[in-house]
Parts: sequence; C-alpha cells; structure tokens
Amino acid sequence: MIVRILGETQFDVADSNRSVLDDLEHALNTAVEGHDEAAFATALAALIDAVRRAGTPLAPDSFTSSDLVVPFSDSTLDETKALLEEPGGEHP
Amino acid sequence: MGVMKRMSGILQAKTNKMLDKAEDPRESLDLSYQHLLENLQKVRRSVADVTTAKKRIELQATQLQGQADKLQQQAKDALGQNREDLAREALSRRAALEPQLTELQTQHQQVADQEKKLIATAQNLQVQVDAFRTKKETMKATYTAAEAQTKIGEAVSGISESMGDAGMSVQRAQDKIDSMQARAGAMDELLASGALTDLTNPVDDIQAQLDQVSVSSTVDNELAALKAEIGAGAPAQLGPAEGDAPKGPGGTPA
Repeated sequence: MIVRILGETQFDVADSNRSVLDDLEHALNTAVEGHDEAAFATALAALIDAVRRAGTPLAPDSFTSSDLVVPFSDSTLDETKALLEEPGGEHP
Repeated sequence: MGVMKRMSGILQAKTNKMLDKAEDPRESLDLSYQHLLENLQKVRRSVADVTTAKKRIELQATQLQGQADKLQQQAKDALGQNREDLAREALSRRAALEPQLTELQTQHQQVADQEKKLIATAQNLQVQVDAFRTKKETMKATYTAAEAQTKIGEAVSGISESMGDAGMSVQRAQDKIDSMQARAGAMDELLASGALTDLTNPVDDIQAQLDQVSVSSTVDNELAALKAEIGAGAPAQLGPAEGDAPKGPGGTPA
C-alpha cells in the first residue's frame, strides 16, 4: 500500500505491515477523539516512525495516489482536528 | 473511519476540486501541468518568506544577546566600583532576558525546520514538473481515448495529490509565519523601547548610575589634585603677608 506523510513524501509499505499500522492508527484515533494532546504526539510519532521504517520512499515522479495519509509530523492536535473537519474528512 | 483514511479523503477532495474543470482526460494533463507550475512558484515564494522570517529572528536574537552582554559588563563595572546593589540589579535584568532568548531559539528551530521541508517540497515538485512535461506528451500521443480515461486518470490524481500536499504545506508555513510575525513585531517594539533592559525607566538607569559614580570619582580625583597643587604652591603665589607689606611714603596703605 502507498502511504503519504503530509509535508514529506510517499512510502510503499508492504501489506504485511497492515495490522501494525492499524494498531498505531487506533491509538491516534483514540487520542484525537479523547482530545489527549500528549497521547496524540506519542501516537503520531510512533505511526510516522513505523511508516518510515517499514516503507520504501517513492520517487517524486512516480505520480501515484496514496491509500493512506498521515498528518504532518509536527502537527498539533488542534490543527489535526481542524483539518479533519474539512471537506472529504467527515466521518461516514 | 480512521485518521489516515479521512486525511486521504481530504486530500482527494482538494485535488478533485482542482481538476473538475477538465472534461477531456487529455485536457486534464495540461491543466495538471499548469497547476504544477503554479504550485512550484507558490512553494518557492513560501521558501523565500520563511527564510526572511528566519533572518528576522536571527537579528532579534543578536540584539537581545547584545543587551544581555551589556548588562553582564555593567554588572562587572558596578562591582569594580563597589556598587553591589547595581551589579545585582544588572544581573537580575539579564536573567529576565533569558526566557525571551530561549523563546527566540525555539522559534528559530521551528522556522528552520519549515524552511528545510519546504525546500525539499520545492525540489520534489521541480522533479515532478520535469518528468510530467515529458510524460504528458507521451501519454497524449500513445493512449486511445478509452485508455486515456484510466491511465491518465491515475497519473493525474497522483500528481494532484502531491500538489494538494504541497498546497497544504505552503498554507501551514504561511500561518506559522503570520503568527510569528505578530510576535516578532511585539519583540521589535520591546527591543526598540529598551524596555527589555530597563523595565521601569525609558533611559538606561544602570548605565546612568555607573556613569554618575565614575563622574563623581573623576571629580574627586581632580579635586584632590587641585588641592594638592594649591597646598604645595600656596606661599609663593600668595606673595608676602599683609603685615610685611612695605608702606608708602605717606604711611598710608595703598
């Protein structure tokens, strides 16, 4: 799967890492919903670290869409919440 | 739905809006290329803005450090003149500058990070511009209308996503610069008013007192020198005492 870290680049991450990323994303979701700033920072850093470790960076001219998008590495919780309210980010 | 899928949806919504205008997929290639060029310009302008903001912070830090050094020197001078009270005052004002300096260092780090990321974004976009220019012509020439629909669609949505990301990065950098500029403006005013070194008085009262001490000791020294001079040469210069003065022929005093 292709994962983009906002403000950085895209990574090709093997599907076998899916469950690891799911767990890390779950922690991020919980932090966002519970408005827990410290937990958010920790979860985001862990998720980004996992994507960078497991993934291979794509060349900028690969012109591929991403399956998943990770917030900016230095995002604050408020900033991320505001972004998630934008069109396309609503809960189903 | 998790944060990563939602973020992906947001990015897609942004890029769809960008490309809605093109009906023919071939046309969307040219439109994307146009957008890509505009995006590159925007990112470059943003890099310039961030660099300017960084320089401003560096300048302020230098000024603030200069004031801190001056207070340190004043403390030394005050001790040299046995004015421990003044030395204490200078040092406490110097300590009050520390948090401001730390704040500037943090800001500088943040701006430098933004600058680094935006430069990388600009470099990536440049690579994309160069590659896409060739690719779009090849695609236009190679694909039939039916193929173009899917193949071009993939490439275009890929490139649009990068542009969406770049657009968000630029917006973010701009927001940060704006809030930083407001704080930097306040800091400039503080620096200009001298309020950071002297919270009670518009003039530098520590320096004034030090100068005062130094002026009075100079005056003391000069006084002492004058006294010494006068003391040593007094008899010769004053001439004979009145009692010894020669009387005039008529016996009347002159």
